[in-house]
Amino acid sequence: MWYVLIAVGILACAILAISAKRLLISAIWLALTSALVALMVYLLGAPQVAVIELSVGAGLVTVLFVFAINISGEEVIGEKSPLPKPVVWTSVLLTLGLVIFFILRSVGFLQLPENVSGSAPSILWSIRYLDILLQIVLIFAGVLSVIGLLSNSKTASHVEDKA
Amino acid sequence: MNLPIPFIVLVAVLSLAGTGFYCLLFTRNLIKLVVALQLLVKGVVLAFVLAGHMQGAQNLAQTMAVTVIVADTIVAVIGLALAVQIRLRTGSLDVKNLSKLKR
Repeated sequence: MWYVLIAVGILACAILAISAKRLLISAIWLALTSALVALMVYLLGAPQVAVIELSVGAGLVTVLFVFAINISGEEVIGEKSPLPKPVVWTSVLLTLGLVIFFILRSVGFLQLPENVSGSAPSILWSIRYLDILLQIVLIFAGVLSVIGLLSNSKTASHVEDKA
Repeated sequence: MNLPIPFIVLVAVLSLAGTGFYCLLFTRNLIKLVVALQLLVKGVVLAFVLAGHMQGAQNLAQTMAVTVIVADTIVAVIGLALAVQIRLRTGSLDVKNLSKLKR
């Protein structure tokens, strides 16, 4: 019963997030979607992912959105999309159909890799240590690119000339 | 209602992915595009945890989901920084103005 309520809430919040006219409202609905996803993840038995999703997805990303909207300002852009609506709907339905097809095809055929017992941190450090390297590199790359993007905003024309 | 739990979670995953993909194709606002990417990746995280729940390998699924969340946050950070820079240079968040870069 809880699952049905949360799934309906996720769908409603996602639709409200993409249909809101103002960007700030959209960011707040996105945060609520993230909180509901975290609740569903927790109910599915993955509390660590739920904590990270709630703190990063609903906290940090919302702060980043508010920051970016504050700098760039609210701007209402017309409804006319770059693609015609039938093309959009056809591709969305085609993609969802392909996803359902592959899910149905793979039920019962999935093989787990060996030695996946143990707690989540021990798996992360023993088997999937490349993931940790990837996360460290990603965080460094993100910090460096944000510094590079936000610091040269005043001297943008000079950078363009050099390039 | 006695729907099986994986079916309900799968409906949530598909609704998140569908709304995210629709917004990704439909919108012209650069910040809205980052919102759409966030919705898509939330669906992916939920799908990872569901797969772990069904296979009985929750801890393996949790490690993968954490990596996906980290990568997605970095993507959002860089996307928002790019959107701010585009707004400062072109004076608009509209995707159509990006074709001016082709000069």
